[in-house]
Amino acid sequence: MVENRPLLSFLTHLVLIVGVVIVVFPVYLAFVASTHGNGDFLSGLVPLLPGPNLIENYRLMLTEGISTAGAPPLWIMLGNSLVIAIIIAVGKIAISLLSAYAIVFFKFPFRLLAFWIIFITLMLPVEVRIIPTFKVVADLGLLNSYVGLTLPLIASATATFLFRQFFLTIPDELMEAARVDGAGPLKFFRDILLPLSRTNIAALFVILFIYGWVQYLWPLLVTTDSRYYTVVMGIKRLAATADGEPQWHLVMAAVMLAMLPPVLVVIFMQRLFVKGLVETEK
Amino acid sequence: MQTKRTIFPNKLLPYLLLAPQLAVTLIFFIWPAVQAVKSSFEREDPFGFKTTFIWFDNYKRLFADPTYLNSVGKTAVFAVSVTLLAMSVSLLLAVSVNRVLRTNRVYTTLLVWPYAVAPVVVGILWWFMFNPSIGIAPYLLRGLGINWNHRIDGSHAMLLVIIAASWKQISYNFLFFVAGLQSVPQSLTEAAAIDGAGPFKRFWTIVFPLLSPTTFFLLIVNINYAMFDTFGIIDATTSGGPAQATNILVYKVYADGFLGLNIGSSAAQSVVLMLIVIALTAIQFRYIERRVQY
Repeated sequence: MVENRPLLSFLTHLVLIVGVVIVVFPVYLAFVASTHGNGDFLSGLVPLLPGPNLIENYRLMLTEGISTAGAPPLWIMLGNSLVIAIIIAVGKIAISLLSAYAIVFFKFPFRLLAFWIIFITLMLPVEVRIIPTFKVVADLGLLNSYVGLTLPLIASATATFLFRQFFLTIPDELMEAARVDGAGPLKFFRDILLPLSRTNIAALFVILFIYGWVQYLWPLLVTTDSRYYTVVMGIKRLAATADGEPQWHLVMAAVMLAMLPPVLVVIFMQRLFVKGLVETEK
Repeated sequence: MQTKRTIFPNKLLPYLLLAPQLAVTLIFFIWPAVQAVKSSFEREDPFGFKTTFIWFDNYKRLFADPTYLNSVGKTAVFAVSVTLLAMSVSLLLAVSVNRVLRTNRVYTTLLVWPYAVAPVVVGILWWFMFNPSIGIAPYLLRGLGINWNHRIDGSHAMLLVIIAASWKQISYNFLFFVAGLQSVPQSLTEAAAIDGAGPFKRFWTIVFPLLSPTTFFLLIVNINYAMFDTFGIIDATTSGGPAQATNILVYKVYADGFLGLNIGSSAAQSVVLMLIVIALTAIQFRYIERRVQY
C-alpha cells in the first residue's frame, strides 16, 4: 500500500465482505433448506436458520434417492460423476501429452496439418454440434456407457497447447545429453519429460476434473439408463417434478452433495487450481 | 512452426503418438461438424426416408424467422449484460483484494470456489432464491412493491438468468484481474502518489490502462461463456421461457433439434454458432500475437 487511508481501508473491507456475502449466500440458503423437513416450506417463506433434519435428509438421498422422480440413490450418481471426471481428466492429459510430444520433438510430413486439426477442436464446443455428435455416438452403439459419456469430450486443444508451450521451454541440451547417453525417444519421454511436467499435469488435472464433473448437456443426451446418471444431471431430474413444487429439502441435500467434491478440490488445491486456470488460457 | 534444434529421427513414432488425439478429433469433432454443415443444406421428409438438397433454404428461412431473430436479440442482451456485470463486480473485488495485505488469502479462497459449481446447480440455487412462491428474494421485493414472477414476466426471467450467470463467472474474472493487478509495477503507483495523485486518480490513469490486456482477454472469454456455457443455467431456471424471453441461441439449437426434431433448421443454427465461435477464437488469437501494450 502506498499511503495510509483509514476510510479507504474500511471501504475496501466493506466491499470484500459484501462480495463474499453475495457469493456465499445462495449456497448458505441451499444448506439451510437441506436441513429442514418437508412441512417447513409450506408456510410460504424459506427458513433462514438450519433445522433438525440434516442427517435424515442426507442419509435418505445418499442411500435411497427419490424413486417417484426416477432418481437412483445419490451414491451411485456420485460414483458415476467421479469415474467420468477422472476418465476425462486422465484421458485428456494422456492424449495431449503424447500429441504435444510428437509435435515438439519430431519433424514429419503433415505436422502443421495435425496441429491445425487439433486447433480446430477449440472452435467446436459440444453445445454447438450436439445433434451430429449424438448421431455418431448412437451409431457406434455407445449410448449408456462410460465410453460414450467420456470419449467425445476427451480431445482437448487447450491441454495440448499447454504442454507444447511447456515442452518448448525445456532446454535443448537436456535432450542432446539424453541422446548422447543413448536414450531413445520413449525413454526420454518417460524418464525426463514426464517427471519435469509433474506440476503442470497436476494443475491441469484439477481444472479438467472440474470440467468433467460439471458436464451436463452431454450426459443428459447419452444416458437413458439410470445406472449411468451423473449427479449433476440427476439433480435437474429431481428438481423438475411434473406436479407442483419439488421436495426442496431433498433437492437441496442433493445439490450440496453434488457441489461438495469439486468445491473442496478448488479450496484445498487452490495453488494448483490457479496455476492451471491461468496457464491453460494463455 | 517452432520445434527443437535437435529432434528424434523416428519416422513412424510421431504418427503413433498423434493417433489417439487425431482419431478422437476426427470422429467426434470434425466428422459431426461436416455433417452439420451438410444437413444444413438439406431437408428431410417427415418420415426420414429421403433428404433433398435445398441450397440455402434453411438459412433463408432461419433469418426470416421472427423467433430466431428474437433469439439473436435476447442472446445479445444476455451476453452483454453478463459480461459487463461479471467483469465490473470482479474488477471491484480484485482491486479491493489487492489493497488488503494480511487477509487477502482468506478473501480469495472465499471468492474463487463458485468456479467449481456446475451451471445447472447455479441455476437451481438462484431459481430457489427467486422462486415466486417460497423464495426469499420475491418476499423481500414484495416489501418494495415489486411483484416478482419470472414464470410470467419475461424481463424478470431475463434478469434472473443474467444474475445467475454473472454470479458463476465472478470467480474466474476475479482470479485473472488479481493476476493482472499484481503485474502492475509498484514503482509506477508510488511515483504517482509522490506526484500527488489520489487512489482513484491512480487507478484510472495508471492501473486501469495497464490492465487493458487482461480486460480485453476477459471480454472475449466472457462473451464466449455467456453464449455457450450457460446452457445449464437456462435449462434449470427458465427453459427459454416465458414466451421465448430467455431462449438464447445455444438453447434454441438444442430445443429445435432434440425437442422439436427440426434437423435442418437446427443444423443451420449450429453452423451459425460455429461461425461465431470461430470469429471469437480468431479475435482472441490475434490479440495474443500483438497485445495491447504501452
